[in-house]
Amino acid sequence: MNLFLQQIINGLTLGSIYGLVALGLTLVYGILHIPNFAHGALYMVGAFVSYFFMVDVGVHYWVAMAGSAAVIAVLGIICERLVFHPLRNSPPIHDKIAAIGILLFLEAVVQMFWGADFRRMPSPFTGILNFDGLIIPEQRLLIIVGALTLVAGLQVFLRKTMTGATIIAMAQNREGAFLVGIDANRVAMMTFGISGALAAIAATLYAPINLVYPAMGHIVIMKAFVIIILGGMGSIPGAIVGGMIIGFAEAFGGFYISTAYKDIIAFGLLVVILSIRPQGLFAKGAH
Amino acid sequence: MLKVEHLTKMFGGLAAVNDVSVEFEMGKINAIIGPNGAGKSTFFNLISGLHRPTSGNILLNGVDVTHMPCDKVARLGVGRTFQTTNLFEQASVLDNLIVGHRLRTQSGLWDVLINSKRLQREEKAARDKAMEALDFVGLSHIAGQFIADITQEERKRVAFALALATDPKIVLLDEPAAGVNPDETVGFAALMRKMVDNGLTICLIEHKMDMIMSLADKIMVLDHGEKIAEGTPEEVRNNPVVIQAYLGGDEDAAA
Amino acid sequence: MLLKIADLLMKPGTKMVMIAFALVFPFLAANEYQVYVMATAFIWAIAVYGLNIITGYCGQLNLAHGGFFAIGAYTLGLLTADYGWSFWPAFVGALVMTAVLGFFVGIVSLRLKEHYFAIFTLCVGFIIYLLLDKWEELTHGPIGVRDIAEPYGFGLVDFTETTPFYYLVLAFLVLAIWFMGKLSRSLLGRTFIAIRNGDELAQSLGINLMRNKVLAFVLSTTYAGLAGALYAGMVRFIGPEEANINHTFDMITYLLVGGIGTITGPLLGTIGIVWITQSLQFLEEYRMIIFGPMLVILVIFFPRGITGSFLTWMHRKAQSLAPGKKHTKSKVVTAKTREAENNA
Repeated sequence: MNLFLQQIINGLTLGSIYGLVALGLTLVYGILHIPNFAHGALYMVGAFVSYFFMVDVGVHYWVAMAGSAAVIAVLGIICERLVFHPLRNSPPIHDKIAAIGILLFLEAVVQMFWGADFRRMPSPFTGILNFDGLIIPEQRLLIIVGALTLVAGLQVFLRKTMTGATIIAMAQNREGAFLVGIDANRVAMMTFGISGALAAIAATLYAPINLVYPAMGHIVIMKAFVIIILGGMGSIPGAIVGGMIIGFAEAFGGFYISTAYKDIIAFGLLVVILSIRPQGLFAKGAH
Repeated sequence: MLKVEHLTKMFGGLAAVNDVSVEFEMGKINAIIGPNGAGKSTFFNLISGLHRPTSGNILLNGVDVTHMPCDKVARLGVGRTFQTTNLFEQASVLDNLIVGHRLRTQSGLWDVLINSKRLQREEKAARDKAMEALDFVGLSHIAGQFIADITQEERKRVAFALALATDPKIVLLDEPAAGVNPDETVGFAALMRKMVDNGLTICLIEHKMDMIMSLADKIMVLDHGEKIAEGTPEEVRNNPVVIQAYLGGDEDAAA
Repeated sequence: MLLKIADLLMKPGTKMVMIAFALVFPFLAANEYQVYVMATAFIWAIAVYGLNIITGYCGQLNLAHGGFFAIGAYTLGLLTADYGWSFWPAFVGALVMTAVLGFFVGIVSLRLKEHYFAIFTLCVGFIIYLLLDKWEELTHGPIGVRDIAEPYGFGLVDFTETTPFYYLVLAFLVLAIWFMGKLSRSLLGRTFIAIRNGDELAQSLGINLMRNKVLAFVLSTTYAGLAGALYAGMVRFIGPEEANINHTFDMITYLLVGGIGTITGPLLGTIGIVWITQSLQFLEEYRMIIFGPMLVILVIFFPRGITGSFLTWMHRKAQSLAPGKKHTKSKVVTAKTREAENNA
């Protein structure tokens, strides 16, 4: 029984991380129609920047996380201004190739400074909570709580603030948004900024129980894409629910079926779903 | 020639086209007008096969094409232009038109491998057809120019030529005169008359009322996916329902 | 002046010169290692030609291309090392395997539009890597496959030597380019381009999307499998790393730089970049620091790469030198530029 509950905690943990990463990705895809292949690289750089702040500069975990979020938010905005904005009228294939270019560049830069080795990120939350035999490491609890808080915060921001409203307006109806005078550039920059910050926070939350290395964004980004296709482009609840589904599938699949192949679960799901419904699970009309 | 019966298309809970029935006669210029979002382009998509109707029938010269895929419908003789035409910018005008004849050819991979007689024959035929279509729209002189270097009006004519190169019986023109000045608009009207004189049937969506009124043999008015009026330009111009739908849109209706 | 040089480059004679150069290269090269590098570059160029068909001409970004390269390599490797096949039957086996797998992946994935296709193929590529790494009973897992047979020279040629292998690869490369040329000028090639311009327009022109997209896809995977099989026969020891996504990214870079959707683009890009990286050895580790931004700059300012930009420039120059006089002059320009585009 306990093992079962243990997997639930694992599922929630994984789901939270995947959900956060997918959230950043779905915002950019849903609002700006850009599949940002470089999102995994932003995630990875976020982890390294936090590592840098904590290990080289010596600040506390939270400060490092906040700093990293800020840095990656700016990085995201730079990507938007320098790369995606000039490409807004080009054929979609150019967006994808440019994103790949950014991804390759960021990985190479990180590798130049830190090498390809795996690193451990220290965290103040190394304790373990014990609920009557059910073991929950503090970090995992932090991840789950952190993710929920972020998602709630994001919802509040989008629903209750003017800036948030402009983002939603752009997502729902581009033409209409322009007519009403919404500044597309500001929305684009904000979306990328938020997306970057989310990625950095997710990476910093996850890194202590995983490892930090230049290729750490690869698998995560692919799963994030699977999630947003499952959960629907631009859908915040979709990203979280999708993340949870994949998280749980991996936790239980990995434990009860096979650890070696657990990574395939997400992709297997994608292959199956897109084979049956090429427009994804939540498409409205023509994509 | 083209008979549409109770055509309906639902997107989710919204009816983009709602129970539209109309008949387009051969050799005539038929216009479809209506406020923005009335479902005109969706209507074209349904006829040309890009969308599947939710219910209703479409008959092309007696043949039921309701659920036929777009490429088959094209082969049966339905040509189409779009509001924005994507052409190969870094290739010449003529180069872009050659593929227009493709649907009448059979050559495949094997023909390419052995450079068969059939391939050579068909490629020549396609090139000839492209030249012919280009001639028809009066653009032979720019055959060798890159698409990226020609004017907007010339681009629209190339789109016409592309549709003509498929040897259609009926051509669906989606806002062909959008973005061109009044002189050029008159040029397009003349071109359409020329197409009809050569045996084609035309179905066009347009917002330029002066062009429609003088050009069309029959007009169908759509609003919110439904047909609200049909008839000659005279009849439609004075129809109170139509005027109402445009909310007294005098800017367009006035000459 | 520049136009005269460009004109020279466009003549069919240039092709002969290039082939002649390739033929004598092993004798011009400083050492055997350089011949080896060139042969490797040729192999990658073949794979990039495949990518050019589906991504360049048909407009679908296939991120699983490297995976099919690996499948070609592994099919050849396993058939010869584990099942005792000799090289050439195994080679045919590799081609068949990549074509068939390409077909099945194609019919599923090509119903997806635009971004979904890219994402799907990204995942397919990764699944291929995972399977090669984990399915130990079949693929030997991380250990890889060793003792792969070299091409059977029928007693006349010893393909364990670099130089004979170089000529073998060159032969296949010439074949690959020849077919590419035939395809791009044909009605079939134009059909692919029409699809790249837009699905809806292509359909309205009576083009069957699925049939043509799958055909393009299968052609491209077969090219990849051919290259992979040659690669396996050359290095004779392969591992799951052959399916690493970085190979796909490399090929995309070669294609973009050389000129996407052109005939000489893949060759130029691959050879150019391989040799530049070779010469700047210290850059090997960090070449992506240059290639990454280069991809971005290319895609924003020179989306058609070296060859494409060159062609456009040539065409415009030719047009500007033949102004006014409508009918006769423009026919000349048409013929000239048509020839120019056909030869590049």
